[in-house]
Amino acid sequence: MKRRTLFAAAICAAGLTLAPAAFAQDVIKIGASAPKTGPLGGGGAMTHWPNIELWVHEINEAGGLQVGDRQMTIELIEYDDQTNPEIAIQNIQRLATIDNVDFIVTPYSTGINIATAPMIAQHGYPHITTSAATDGVAEFAQRWPNSFWMLGTATQLAVGAVEAFSKLRDAGEIGDTVALLYVGDAFGQEHINAAKPLLLEAGFDIVYEASYPFGTQDVAPIIAAAKAAEPDSFMAFSYPGDTFALTEQAQIQGLEVGAFYTGVGTAFPSFRDRFGDAAEGIMGIGGVNLDDPKVADYFDRHEELTGSEPDYWASATTYAGLQVLAQAIEETGSLDRAAVIETIQNGTFDTVIGTIDFVDNVNPNVWTVGQWRDGKFVAVAADGIAVGAEPVVKPAW
Amino acid sequence: MNSLSQKEIIIGIGGVLAFALAACLPLVDQGYYLSLAVNITLYAALCTAWTLFSGPTHYVSLATAAFFGLGTYAVALWVDVLPFPLLVAFGALAAGALAGIVGAATLRLSGVYFVIFTLGLAELVRQIVTWAQATFTTRMGLYVFTDLREMHIFWMLLALTAVIFLTGWLINRSRLGFAMRIIGDDETVARHVGIDTAKSKIVLFIISGAFIGIAGAICAPRYGYIQPTSAFNPMTSFLVVIMALLGGTRKLWGPIVGVIPFVILMDFITVRFSNYMPVAMGLSFLAIVFLLPNGVTGRLEQAWNKFQSRKSAPSSTETAA
Repeated sequence: MKRRTLFAAAICAAGLTLAPAAFAQDVIKIGASAPKTGPLGGGGAMTHWPNIELWVHEINEAGGLQVGDRQMTIELIEYDDQTNPEIAIQNIQRLATIDNVDFIVTPYSTGINIATAPMIAQHGYPHITTSAATDGVAEFAQRWPNSFWMLGTATQLAVGAVEAFSKLRDAGEIGDTVALLYVGDAFGQEHINAAKPLLLEAGFDIVYEASYPFGTQDVAPIIAAAKAAEPDSFMAFSYPGDTFALTEQAQIQGLEVGAFYTGVGTAFPSFRDRFGDAAEGIMGIGGVNLDDPKVADYFDRHEELTGSEPDYWASATTYAGLQVLAQAIEETGSLDRAAVIETIQNGTFDTVIGTIDFVDNVNPNVWTVGQWRDGKFVAVAADGIAVGAEPVVKPAW
Repeated sequence: MNSLSQKEIIIGIGGVLAFALAACLPLVDQGYYLSLAVNITLYAALCTAWTLFSGPTHYVSLATAAFFGLGTYAVALWVDVLPFPLLVAFGALAAGALAGIVGAATLRLSGVYFVIFTLGLAELVRQIVTWAQATFTTRMGLYVFTDLREMHIFWMLLALTAVIFLTGWLINRSRLGFAMRIIGDDETVARHVGIDTAKSKIVLFIISGAFIGIAGAICAPRYGYIQPTSAFNPMTSFLVVIMALLGGTRKLWGPIVGVIPFVILMDFITVRFSNYMPVAMGLSFLAIVFLLPNGVTGRLEQAWNKFQSRKSAPSSTETAA
């Protein structure tokens, strides 16, 4: 008798432990590995992590994703890659083979996305990148059919910059001469390769051209030399650190031009906060169309939950990439990764940056140039998508 | 040629068995543990190569990133036109040549100048590579796409570690190794007894640098995308010094004792306390310098000697009585 009671108790206990296990299956495990420390820690903290937080929060708040006939909430497992490809690869391996996550969201930056791409492909996860703007995307998409590229190419961004300048010039607002600067690394090189021939073709006269090493602190001599060439417009393919430094020096030295364009970092809210009214009219990579109610709504939600304004370039794209993943899972109706990849390849998705319809795994519709107008970084050039406004000439500092 | 003692034969067989066992890892797991093992093996190779030179001479070299990056670049520049093994050899040659030039210029100087110079070296090489790429080529990031999978990289790194060990053991038995030990103890004495100290140091620096270059070359396919900033990452240099010092540099196998726990610990911190990574790194460096100046192996040796003397002390008093 005693033994029988014990047996019954054991069965009950087994039943109890099984029950939560059955509930546990209604959770989708999502893995994330991106920098929290290291050189890109700041970028990750502004552009990458808040969007993941917002996305997970909103889905769980709404009760989860509808996967087939099940309602599944999201459990997020996150790791810091320290901006180090070695660690990033190790994190992906851990997510795939130890944590056994159902899906992995994109790592941050071109370099780490490429370093981890073979590993993500090997485990068969969809890989929707939202922070890699390079001309290699077509080649990567072909190499890893599970990978999708949403932020556009260096050529698209350069074309946009030249278009915006051409519009102002054709309207008689600025002259033909331009000073051209670029940071001496992969990013600057790709952009200058695309922009220079386009500028010459458009009839611009490059009166000053220079590159500077990545990490240059003192840009005063560069701005002085650019000013000496007396250009009508100024175009720099720069990184956040130098974007701020170049703008500051241009302001101090009084480099008056009708069109002033800098690279990554111009779209940061901190750029506007740093330069205040002087930021008015400055152009840079990125931009969003705040006239679109979906974009405006996204900005409000982002600020409300994370307490910070999103940046005006890759933030919305990062969020859109997550939206694509969620919609593809729901549309597929299962957690079968190969089927989800197929859905992403063939489907269309309604996101904060418009309708996404991948062409050979690349999203061709992107905002390319933004301009600071009354504290907002409005898209003034785009490829395949509506702009928020037409570019205007920059007022004096 | 001296014949092998019985002890050396046993250690040799044990070492071969350990390497053979480690080589079987990819058959068991191809996931996370393999990734972790790749990192451990990489740092085992780097730290042991570093100790080849810095162990006996006591010169702290922070040039690891420079040699490593050169090896990486040797592969990245020509991976599309030349076979991979040839590029690995290129990496060794390039890193060895750099070590030779740097060694000739600085190893006549004493300790601290050498440390500062090697610290600047990685940065210098990085800037030169950046400048050369910007000036002579049109693209800056280089892609290394090969069919090599993680397990192949693991096997190559493991083989490299074995070769470094073998080389270290042979050097220890050679005239060069003997000379190095004397230099390490007292460089003035070494010079007085007729040892060409500069030449000996340069030769060893070249060997050490070349091995680090090979490690960089092997790792290039793993990164896929090579940029000056990531290839010449100064963190590599510091990590190698920390791990080697943790293990202890007096014995050839010392660094490994440091590498294995350190990589696992770093991994643990990454998972649990990822926001405190730099703090954890700094604290561990301080702890090692203050608590384990001779590393784990030095501490073990000390304990062993104490144990031996205690064991022999009572017996000697007995005989006296």
